[in-house]
Amino acid sequence: MARTVWDSSVGKKTVMAVSGLIMLLYLVVHMIGNLKIFFGPGEFNHYAHWLRTVGEPFMHYEWTLWLIRVVLVVAVVAHATSAYQLSRRDLRARPDKYVHRKARTSYATRTMRWGGTILALFIVWHLLDLTTGTVHSGGFQPGHPYQNVVDTFSTWYGDVIYIVAMLALGLHIRHGFWSAAQTLGVGDRARDRALKTVANILALLLTAGFLAVPVAVMTGVVS
Amino acid sequence: MKLTLRIWRQRNADADGAMSTYEVDGVSADMSFLEMLDTLNEDLILQGEDPVAFDHDCREGICGACSLVINGDAHGPERTTTCQLHMRSFHDGDTIDIEPWRAAAFPLVKDLVVDRSAFDRIIQAGGYVTAPTGAAPEAHATPVPKPDADFAFEHAECIGCGACVAACPNGAAMLFTSAKINHLNTLPQGAPERETRVLDMVAKMDEEGFGGCTLAGECATACPKGIPLVSITGMNKEWLRATRKAGGR
Repeated sequence: MARTVWDSSVGKKTVMAVSGLIMLLYLVVHMIGNLKIFFGPGEFNHYAHWLRTVGEPFMHYEWTLWLIRVVLVVAVVAHATSAYQLSRRDLRARPDKYVHRKARTSYATRTMRWGGTILALFIVWHLLDLTTGTVHSGGFQPGHPYQNVVDTFSTWYGDVIYIVAMLALGLHIRHGFWSAAQTLGVGDRARDRALKTVANILALLLTAGFLAVPVAVMTGVVS
Repeated sequence: MKLTLRIWRQRNADADGAMSTYEVDGVSADMSFLEMLDTLNEDLILQGEDPVAFDHDCREGICGACSLVINGDAHGPERTTTCQLHMRSFHDGDTIDIEPWRAAAFPLVKDLVVDRSAFDRIIQAGGYVTAPTGAAPEAHATPVPKPDADFAFEHAECIGCGACVAACPNGAAMLFTSAKINHLNTLPQGAPERETRVLDMVAKMDEEGFGGCTLAGECATACPKGIPLVSITGMNKEWLRATRKAGGR
Protein backbone atom coordinates (compact mmCIF):
# COMPACT_ATOMS: atom_id res chain seq x y z
CA MET A 1 0.00 0.00 0.00
CA ALA A 2 2.87 2.37 0.83
CA ARG A 3 4.24 1.69 -2.67
CA THR A 4 0.89 2.52 -4.32
CA VAL A 5 0.66 5.76 -2.37
CA TRP A 6 4.22 6.88 -3.09
CA ASP A 7 4.10 5.95 -6.79
CA SER A 8 0.87 7.82 -7.49
CA SER A 9 0.66 11.59 -7.96
CA VAL A 10 -2.56 11.56 -5.93
CA GLY A 11 -0.88 9.47 -3.21
CA LYS A 12 2.14 11.74 -3.04
CA LYS A 13 -0.18 14.70 -2.58
CA THR A 14 -1.69 12.80 0.36
CA VAL A 15 1.79 12.54 1.87
CA MET A 16 2.16 16.31 1.40
CA ALA A 17 -1.23 16.99 2.97
CA VAL A 18 -0.62 14.82 6.05
CA SER A 19 2.95 16.03 6.65
CA GLY A 20 1.81 19.61 6.11
CA LEU A 21 -0.96 19.25 8.69
CA ILE A 22 1.49 17.76 11.23
CA MET A 23 3.78 20.78 10.75
CA LEU A 24 0.81 23.15 10.94
CA LEU A 25 -0.28 21.65 14.27
CA TYR A 26 3.27 22.07 15.57
CA LEU A 27 3.34 25.69 14.42
CA VAL A 28 0.17 26.53 16.33
CA VAL A 29 1.74 25.15 19.54
CA HIS A 30 5.06 26.86 18.76
CA MET A 31 3.39 30.22 18.17
CA ILE A 32 1.42 30.07 21.44
CA GLY A 33 4.63 29.15 23.27
CA ASN A 34 6.44 32.11 21.72
CA LEU A 35 3.87 34.54 23.11
CA LYS A 36 5.10 33.74 26.65
CA ILE A 37 7.96 36.11 25.89
CA PHE A 38 5.54 38.94 26.71
CA PHE A 39 5.38 37.75 30.34
CA GLY A 40 9.08 38.26 31.02
CA PRO A 41 12.29 36.22 31.03
CA GLY A 42 11.22 34.14 34.04
CA GLU A 43 8.10 32.66 32.48
CA PHE A 44 9.61 32.30 28.99
CA ASN A 45 12.76 30.51 30.18
CA HIS A 46 10.71 28.34 32.52
CA TYR A 47 8.46 27.34 29.62
CA ALA A 48 11.52 26.50 27.51
CA HIS A 49 12.87 24.33 30.31
CA TRP A 50 9.51 22.63 30.77
CA LEU A 51 9.62 21.55 27.10
CA ARG A 52 12.56 19.33 28.12
CA THR A 53 10.83 17.80 31.12
CA VAL A 54 7.41 17.06 29.55
CA GLY A 55 6.17 13.60 30.36
CA GLU A 56 8.47 13.03 33.35
CA PRO A 57 8.79 10.75 35.17
CA PHE A 58 7.56 8.37 32.44
CA MET A 59 9.74 10.10 29.88
CA HIS A 60 13.37 10.81 30.62
CA TYR A 61 14.72 14.39 30.37
CA GLU A 62 14.31 15.63 26.74
CA TRP A 63 12.77 12.37 25.48
CA THR A 64 9.47 14.01 24.57
CA LEU A 65 11.29 16.87 22.89
CA TRP A 66 13.37 14.48 20.79
CA LEU A 67 10.28 12.46 19.88
CA ILE A 68 8.66 15.65 18.57
CA ARG A 69 11.87 16.54 16.73
CA VAL A 70 11.97 13.14 15.01
CA VAL A 71 8.33 13.41 13.91
CA LEU A 72 8.99 16.92 12.58
CA VAL A 73 12.11 15.91 10.66
CA VAL A 74 10.18 13.03 9.05
CA ALA A 75 7.35 15.43 8.17
CA VAL A 76 9.70 18.05 6.69
CA VAL A 77 11.63 15.47 4.64
CA ALA A 78 8.43 13.78 3.40
CA HIS A 79 6.85 17.15 2.53
CA ALA A 80 9.93 18.48 0.72
CA THR A 81 10.68 15.24 -1.15
CA SER A 82 7.15 14.84 -2.44
CA ALA A 83 7.00 18.54 -3.32
CA TYR A 84 10.22 18.23 -5.30
CA GLN A 85 9.12 15.09 -7.13
CA LEU A 86 5.62 16.40 -7.87
CA SER A 87 7.03 19.71 -9.12
CA ARG A 88 9.40 17.87 -11.44
CA ARG A 89 6.43 15.93 -12.83
CA ASP A 90 4.38 19.13 -13.23
CA LEU A 91 7.15 20.97 -15.08
CA ARG A 92 7.72 18.00 -17.38
CA ALA A 93 3.98 17.83 -18.14
CA ARG A 94 3.95 21.41 -19.46
CA PRO A 95 7.24 21.87 -21.33
CA ASP A 96 6.00 24.51 -23.82
CA LYS A 97 4.68 27.78 -22.44
CA TYR A 98 1.91 29.79 -24.04
CA VAL A 99 2.96 32.88 -25.99
CA HIS A 100 -0.07 34.73 -24.64
CA ARG A 101 0.21 34.29 -20.89
CA LYS A 102 -2.30 35.14 -18.23
CA ALA A 103 -1.75 34.94 -14.48
CA ARG A 104 -5.11 34.10 -12.99
CA THR A 105 -4.30 31.95 -10.01
CA SER A 106 -3.98 33.65 -6.65
CA TYR A 107 -0.65 34.94 -5.36
CA ALA A 108 -0.64 32.31 -2.60
CA THR A 109 -1.08 29.51 -5.18
CA ARG A 110 1.67 30.79 -7.46
CA THR A 111 4.20 31.19 -4.64
CA MET A 112 3.82 27.70 -3.13
CA ARG A 113 7.08 26.39 -4.61
CA TRP A 114 9.24 29.46 -3.97
CA GLY A 115 7.55 30.03 -0.63
CA GLY A 116 8.30 26.45 0.37
CA THR A 117 11.95 26.87 -0.62
CA ILE A 118 12.19 30.07 1.43
CA LEU A 119 10.66 28.27 4.42
CA ALA A 120 13.08 25.34 4.11
CA LEU A 121 16.06 27.73 4.09
CA PHE A 122 14.53 29.63 6.99
CA ILE A 123 14.20 26.44 9.08
CA VAL A 124 17.93 25.75 8.61
CA TRP A 125 18.85 29.30 9.64
CA HIS A 126 16.38 29.27 12.53
CA LEU A 127 17.84 26.05 13.99
CA LEU A 128 21.43 27.26 13.56
CA ASP A 129 20.45 30.55 15.17
CA LEU A 130 18.30 29.65 18.17
CA THR A 131 18.74 25.88 18.73
CA THR A 132 22.45 25.28 18.17
CA GLY A 133 23.54 28.93 18.29
CA THR A 134 26.01 28.39 15.43
CA VAL A 135 25.09 31.56 13.53
CA HIS A 136 23.76 33.42 16.56
CA SER A 137 24.63 37.11 16.88
CA GLY A 138 26.39 37.85 20.16
CA GLY A 139 27.10 35.16 22.72
CA PHE A 140 24.57 32.30 22.49
CA GLN A 141 23.60 31.12 25.97
CA PRO A 142 22.02 27.65 26.13
CA GLY A 143 19.19 27.65 28.66
CA HIS A 144 18.55 31.38 28.28
CA PRO A 145 16.21 31.56 25.28
CA TYR A 146 14.76 34.95 26.29
CA GLN A 147 18.12 36.71 25.89
CA ASN A 148 18.91 34.73 22.73
CA VAL A 149 15.63 35.78 21.10
CA VAL A 150 16.19 39.43 22.02
CA ASP A 151 19.74 39.24 20.59
CA THR A 152 18.51 37.78 17.28
CA PHE A 153 15.82 40.39 16.79
CA SER A 154 18.20 43.22 17.74
CA THR A 155 19.97 42.69 14.41
CA TRP A 156 18.43 44.06 11.21
CA TYR A 157 19.09 40.84 9.25
CA GLY A 158 17.54 38.72 11.99
CA ASP A 159 14.36 40.75 11.67
CA VAL A 160 14.36 40.77 7.86
CA ILE A 161 14.90 37.00 7.52
CA TYR A 162 12.20 36.29 10.09
CA ILE A 163 9.61 38.70 8.69
CA VAL A 164 10.07 37.49 5.08
CA ALA A 165 9.80 33.87 6.22
CA MET A 166 6.65 34.51 8.26
CA LEU A 167 4.94 36.28 5.36
CA ALA A 168 5.86 33.32 3.15
CA LEU A 169 4.44 31.03 5.85
CA GLY A 170 1.13 32.87 5.88
CA LEU A 171 0.73 32.56 2.10
CA HIS A 172 1.82 28.91 2.21
CA ILE A 173 -0.78 28.03 4.85
CA ARG A 174 -3.52 30.01 3.10
CA HIS A 175 -3.31 27.80 0.02
CA GLY A 176 -1.87 24.73 1.76
CA PHE A 177 -4.52 24.15 4.40
CA TRP A 178 -7.41 24.37 1.98
CA SER A 179 -5.53 22.21 -0.55
CA ALA A 180 -4.81 19.56 2.08
CA ALA A 181 -8.54 19.30 2.74
CA GLN A 182 -9.19 18.76 -0.99
CA THR A 183 -6.39 16.21 -1.27
CA LEU A 184 -7.73 14.26 1.69
CA GLY A 185 -11.18 14.36 0.12
CA VAL A 186 -12.93 16.18 2.96
CA GLY A 187 -13.83 19.33 1.00
CA ASP A 188 -17.19 19.73 -0.69
CA ARG A 189 -19.40 22.57 -1.88
CA ALA A 190 -21.06 23.13 1.47
CA ARG A 191 -17.80 23.21 3.39
CA ASP A 192 -15.74 25.12 0.85
CA ARG A 193 -16.32 28.58 2.27
CA ALA A 194 -15.72 27.36 5.83
CA LEU A 195 -12.46 25.65 4.83
CA LYS A 196 -11.22 28.78 3.07
CA THR A 197 -12.13 30.91 6.09
CA VAL A 198 -10.32 28.55 8.48
CA ALA A 199 -7.27 28.60 6.15
CA ASN A 200 -7.24 32.40 6.12
CA ILE A 201 -7.72 32.67 9.89
CA LEU A 202 -4.92 30.16 10.55
CA ALA A 203 -2.62 31.97 8.14
CA LEU A 204 -3.37 35.35 9.69
CA LEU A 205 -3.15 34.22 13.32
CA LEU A 206 0.11 32.34 12.81
CA THR A 207 1.75 35.16 10.84
CA ALA A 208 0.61 37.81 13.32
CA GLY A 209 1.48 35.67 16.35
CA PHE A 210 4.98 34.88 15.10
CA LEU A 211 5.62 38.45 13.92
CA ALA A 212 4.57 39.87 17.30
CA VAL A 213 7.92 38.78 18.79
CA PRO A 214 10.37 40.59 16.44
CA VAL A 215 8.06 43.61 16.33
CA ALA A 216 8.03 43.71 20.15
CA VAL A 217 11.82 43.54 20.28
CA MET A 218 12.17 46.20 17.57
CA THR A 219 9.80 48.56 19.37
CA GLY A 220 11.40 47.88 22.74
CA VAL A 221 8.32 46.23 24.31
CA VAL A 222 10.47 43.16 24.91
CA SER A 223 14.12 43.81 25.79
CA MET B 1 -14.87 43.65 -38.52
CA LYS B 2 -11.24 43.64 -39.40
CA LEU B 3 -8.99 41.51 -37.23
CA THR B 4 -5.33 40.67 -36.85
CA LEU B 5 -4.72 37.02 -36.00
CA ARG B 6 -1.49 35.69 -34.59
CA ILE B 7 -1.65 31.93 -35.09
CA TRP B 8 0.76 29.16 -34.06
CA ARG B 9 2.00 27.51 -37.24
CA GLN B 10 3.99 24.30 -37.09
CA ARG B 11 4.36 21.91 -40.04
CA ASN B 12 4.60 18.76 -37.91
CA ALA B 13 5.62 17.46 -34.50
CA ASP B 14 9.34 17.63 -35.29
CA ALA B 15 9.39 21.03 -37.02
CA ASP B 16 9.91 24.31 -35.22
CA GLY B 17 6.79 26.37 -34.77
CA ALA B 18 6.18 30.10 -34.52
CA MET B 19 3.36 32.62 -34.34
CA SER B 20 2.39 33.91 -37.82
CA THR B 21 0.34 37.06 -38.36
CA TYR B 22 -2.71 37.18 -40.66
CA GLU B 23 -5.29 39.85 -41.42
CA VAL B 24 -8.95 38.91 -41.88
CA ASP B 25 -11.50 41.37 -43.16
CA GLY B 26 -15.29 41.29 -43.42
CA VAL B 27 -15.80 39.28 -40.25
CA SER B 28 -19.43 39.36 -39.12
CA ALA B 29 -20.29 39.50 -35.42
CA ASP B 30 -22.65 36.55 -36.00
CA MET B 31 -19.88 34.25 -37.19
CA SER B 32 -18.61 31.59 -34.88
CA PHE B 33 -14.90 31.63 -34.14
CA LEU B 34 -14.42 28.56 -36.34
CA GLU B 35 -16.33 30.18 -39.22
CA MET B 36 -13.96 33.12 -38.93
CA LEU B 37 -11.04 30.68 -39.25
CA ASP B 38 -12.80 29.04 -42.23
CA THR B 39 -12.81 32.47 -43.94
CA LEU B 40 -9.12 32.84 -43.27
CA ASN B 41 -8.45 29.37 -44.67
CA GLU B 42 -10.45 30.10 -47.83
CA ASP B 43 -8.27 33.15 -48.41
CA LEU B 44 -5.11 31.15 -47.71
CA ILE B 45 -6.13 28.42 -50.16
CA LEU B 46 -6.89 31.01 -52.88
CA GLN B 47 -3.45 32.50 -52.31
CA GLY B 48 -1.93 29.05 -52.67
CA GLU B 49 -0.86 28.89 -49.04
CA ASP B 50 -1.23 26.05 -46.56
CA PRO B 51 -4.50 26.47 -44.61
CA VAL B 52 -4.38 26.53 -40.80
CA ALA B 53 -5.08 23.07 -39.37
CA PHE B 54 -7.52 23.01 -36.44
CA ASP B 55 -9.80 20.37 -34.91
CA HIS B 56 -13.59 20.65 -35.19
CA ASP B 57 -16.55 18.38 -35.67
CA CYS B 58 -20.13 18.93 -34.49
CA ARG B 59 -19.88 22.72 -34.11
CA GLU B 60 -22.74 22.43 -31.63
CA GLY B 61 -20.67 22.40 -28.46
CA ILE B 62 -21.32 18.76 -27.64
CA CYS B 63 -18.60 16.65 -29.23
CA GLY B 64 -15.42 17.99 -27.63
CA ALA B 65 -13.41 18.07 -30.86
CA CYS B 66 -12.66 21.78 -31.06
CA SER B 67 -9.91 23.27 -29.00
CA LEU B 68 -7.73 26.45 -29.33
CA VAL B 69 -6.25 28.66 -26.67
CA ILE B 70 -7.52 32.12 -27.60
CA ASN B 71 -5.74 35.08 -26.02
CA GLY B 72 -4.46 32.78 -23.30
CA ASP B 73 -7.88 31.27 -22.50
CA ALA B 74 -8.78 27.69 -23.42
CA HIS B 75 -11.86 28.02 -25.70
CA GLY B 76 -11.55 31.81 -25.53
CA PRO B 77 -13.19 34.49 -23.40
CA GLU B 78 -16.67 32.96 -23.06
CA ARG B 79 -17.44 29.91 -20.96
CA THR B 80 -18.25 27.65 -23.87
CA THR B 81 -16.53 25.66 -26.59
CA THR B 82 -14.65 27.45 -29.37
CA CYS B 83 -17.31 26.44 -31.89
CA GLN B 84 -19.97 28.19 -29.78
CA LEU B 85 -17.82 31.28 -29.32
CA HIS B 86 -19.03 34.07 -31.56
CA MET B 87 -17.17 37.00 -33.03
CA ARG B 88 -19.43 39.42 -31.14
CA SER B 89 -17.13 38.68 -28.19
CA PHE B 90 -14.41 40.59 -30.06
CA HIS B 91 -14.09 44.12 -31.40
CA ASP B 92 -13.08 45.60 -34.73
CA GLY B 93 -9.30 46.02 -34.89
CA ASP B 94 -8.56 43.40 -32.21
CA THR B 95 -5.43 41.29 -32.32
CA ILE B 96 -6.23 37.70 -31.36
CA ASP B 97 -3.59 35.14 -30.34
CA ILE B 98 -4.50 31.55 -31.24
CA GLU B 99 -2.42 28.68 -29.87
CA PRO B 100 -2.82 24.92 -29.56
CA TRP B 101 -3.43 23.03 -26.27
CA ARG B 102 -0.06 22.83 -24.56
CA ALA B 103 0.77 19.66 -22.60
CA ALA B 104 3.41 16.96 -22.87
CA ALA B 105 0.65 14.34 -22.91
CA PHE B 106 -1.00 16.07 -25.91
CA PRO B 107 1.74 15.99 -28.58
CA LEU B 108 1.28 18.50 -31.39
CA VAL B 109 0.26 17.07 -34.75
CA LYS B 110 0.12 20.20 -36.90
CA ASP B 111 -0.55 23.91 -36.34
CA LEU B 112 -3.40 23.97 -33.80
CA VAL B 113 -4.12 20.22 -33.80
CA VAL B 114 -2.91 18.10 -30.91
CA ASP B 115 -3.22 14.37 -30.28
CA ARG B 116 -5.61 13.85 -27.38
CA SER B 117 -5.69 10.05 -27.51
CA ALA B 118 -4.16 9.94 -24.01
CA PHE B 119 -7.73 10.70 -22.86
CA ASP B 120 -9.00 7.63 -24.73
CA ARG B 121 -6.43 5.48 -22.95
CA ILE B 122 -7.52 6.85 -19.56
CA ILE B 123 -11.11 5.90 -20.46
CA GLN B 124 -9.96 2.43 -21.57
CA ALA B 125 -8.34 1.97 -18.16
CA GLY B 126 -11.67 2.17 -16.33
CA GLY B 127 -14.15 4.63 -17.81
CA TYR B 128 -16.78 1.99 -18.53
CA VAL B 129 -19.35 -0.20 -16.75
CA THR B 130 -19.74 -3.96 -16.99
CA ALA B 131 -23.26 -3.97 -18.37
CA PRO B 132 -25.08 -6.91 -19.92
CA THR B 133 -25.80 -6.25 -23.58
CA GLY B 134 -29.15 -6.90 -25.19
CA ALA B 135 -32.50 -5.17 -24.87
CA ALA B 136 -32.67 -1.99 -22.81
CA PRO B 137 -33.44 -2.86 -19.17
CA GLU B 138 -36.63 -1.68 -17.52
CA ALA B 139 -35.95 1.87 -16.32
CA HIS B 140 -37.14 1.28 -12.75
CA ALA B 141 -35.20 -1.94 -12.23
CA THR B 142 -32.24 -0.04 -10.80
CA PRO B 143 -33.39 2.83 -8.61
CA VAL B 144 -31.07 5.87 -8.51
CA PRO B 145 -31.73 8.54 -5.86
CA LYS B 146 -32.41 11.94 -7.44
CA PRO B 147 -29.38 13.69 -5.82
CA ASP B 148 -27.09 10.92 -7.08
CA ALA B 149 -28.57 11.16 -10.57
CA ASP B 150 -28.04 14.93 -10.59
CA PHE B 151 -24.47 14.60 -9.31
CA ALA B 152 -23.63 11.90 -11.87
CA PHE B 153 -25.18 13.93 -14.66
CA GLU B 154 -23.25 17.05 -13.75
CA HIS B 155 -20.03 15.08 -14.21
CA ALA B 156 -21.30 13.16 -17.23
CA GLU B 157 -21.45 16.50 -19.03
CA CYS B 158 -17.69 16.33 -19.60
CA ILE B 159 -17.07 16.16 -23.37
CA GLY B 160 -13.37 15.32 -23.04
CA CYS B 161 -12.18 18.38 -24.97
CA GLY B 162 -9.03 18.76 -22.88
CA ALA B 163 -9.49 22.44 -21.95
CA CYS B 164 -8.73 21.51 -18.33
CA VAL B 165 -5.33 20.12 -19.34
CA ALA B 166 -4.64 23.13 -21.57
CA ALA B 167 -5.51 25.61 -18.80
CA CYS B 168 -3.72 23.76 -15.99
CA PRO B 169 -0.28 25.21 -15.19
CA ASN B 170 0.86 21.61 -14.58
CA GLY B 171 -0.75 20.06 -17.65
CA ALA B 172 -2.82 17.83 -15.35
CA ALA B 173 -5.79 15.73 -16.41
CA MET B 174 -7.30 15.65 -12.92
CA LEU B 175 -10.59 17.37 -13.81
CA PHE B 176 -11.23 15.15 -16.83
CA THR B 177 -10.41 11.96 -14.92
CA SER B 178 -12.36 13.03 -11.85
CA ALA B 179 -15.43 13.88 -13.93
CA LYS B 180 -15.47 10.36 -15.40
CA ILE B 181 -14.85 8.71 -12.02
CA ASN B 182 -17.50 10.72 -10.17
CA HIS B 183 -20.00 10.10 -12.96
CA LEU B 184 -19.63 6.31 -12.93
CA ASN B 185 -18.81 5.74 -9.25
CA THR B 186 -21.99 7.53 -8.13
CA LEU B 187 -24.32 5.25 -10.09
CA PRO B 188 -25.26 1.67 -9.11
CA GLN B 189 -24.30 0.54 -12.63
CA GLY B 190 -20.73 1.62 -11.95
CA ALA B 191 -20.48 0.02 -8.50
CA PRO B 192 -18.79 -3.30 -9.45
CA GLU B 193 -15.67 -1.47 -10.68
CA ARG B 194 -15.80 1.34 -8.14
CA GLU B 195 -12.33 0.66 -6.67
CA THR B 196 -10.48 -0.64 -9.73
CA ARG B 197 -11.83 2.23 -11.82
CA VAL B 198 -10.31 5.01 -9.75
CA LEU B 199 -7.01 3.18 -9.13
CA ASP B 200 -6.54 2.22 -12.79
CA MET B 201 -7.60 5.54 -14.27
CA VAL B 202 -5.39 7.56 -11.92
CA ALA B 203 -2.45 5.23 -12.61
CA LYS B 204 -3.00 5.60 -16.37
CA MET B 205 -3.27 9.36 -16.03
CA ASP B 206 0.15 9.42 -14.31
CA GLU B 207 1.61 7.01 -16.86
CA GLU B 208 0.51 9.22 -19.78
CA GLY B 209 2.69 12.05 -18.46
CA PHE B 210 0.02 14.42 -17.17
CA GLY B 211 1.05 16.61 -14.24
CA GLY B 212 -0.34 16.62 -10.73
CA CYS B 213 -2.92 18.87 -9.11
CA THR B 214 -1.84 21.99 -7.22
CA LEU B 215 -5.45 23.17 -6.87
CA ALA B 216 -4.84 26.29 -8.89
CA GLY B 217 -8.43 26.00 -10.12
CA GLU B 218 -7.71 27.02 -13.71
CA CYS B 219 -9.25 23.81 -15.08
CA ALA B 220 -12.68 24.46 -13.60
CA THR B 221 -12.57 28.07 -14.82
CA ALA B 222 -11.79 26.92 -18.36
CA CYS B 223 -14.21 23.96 -18.50
CA PRO B 224 -16.92 24.72 -21.09
CA LYS B 225 -19.26 22.30 -19.30
CA GLY B 226 -18.79 23.72 -15.82
CA ILE B 227 -17.31 20.63 -14.15
CA PRO B 228 -16.58 21.98 -10.64
CA LEU B 229 -13.19 21.92 -8.90
CA VAL B 230 -14.64 19.83 -6.04
CA SER B 231 -14.88 17.04 -8.59
CA ILE B 232 -11.14 16.55 -7.99
CA THR B 233 -11.75 16.40 -4.24
CA GLY B 234 -14.29 13.68 -4.88
CA MET B 235 -11.80 11.69 -6.94
CA ASN B 236 -9.14 12.02 -4.21
CA LYS B 237 -11.68 10.69 -1.72
CA GLU B 238 -12.52 7.74 -3.97
CA TRP B 239 -8.82 7.04 -4.55
CA LEU B 240 -8.02 7.02 -0.82
CA ARG B 241 -11.03 4.77 -0.14
CA ALA B 242 -10.01 2.35 -2.88
CA THR B 243 -6.39 2.29 -1.74
CA ARG B 244 -7.44 1.47 1.83
CA LYS B 245 -9.86 -1.21 0.64
CA ALA B 246 -7.62 -2.80 -1.95
CA GLY B 247 -4.58 -2.55 0.30
CA GLY B 248 -2.66 -1.17 -2.64
CA ARG B 249 -3.19 -4.30 -4.80
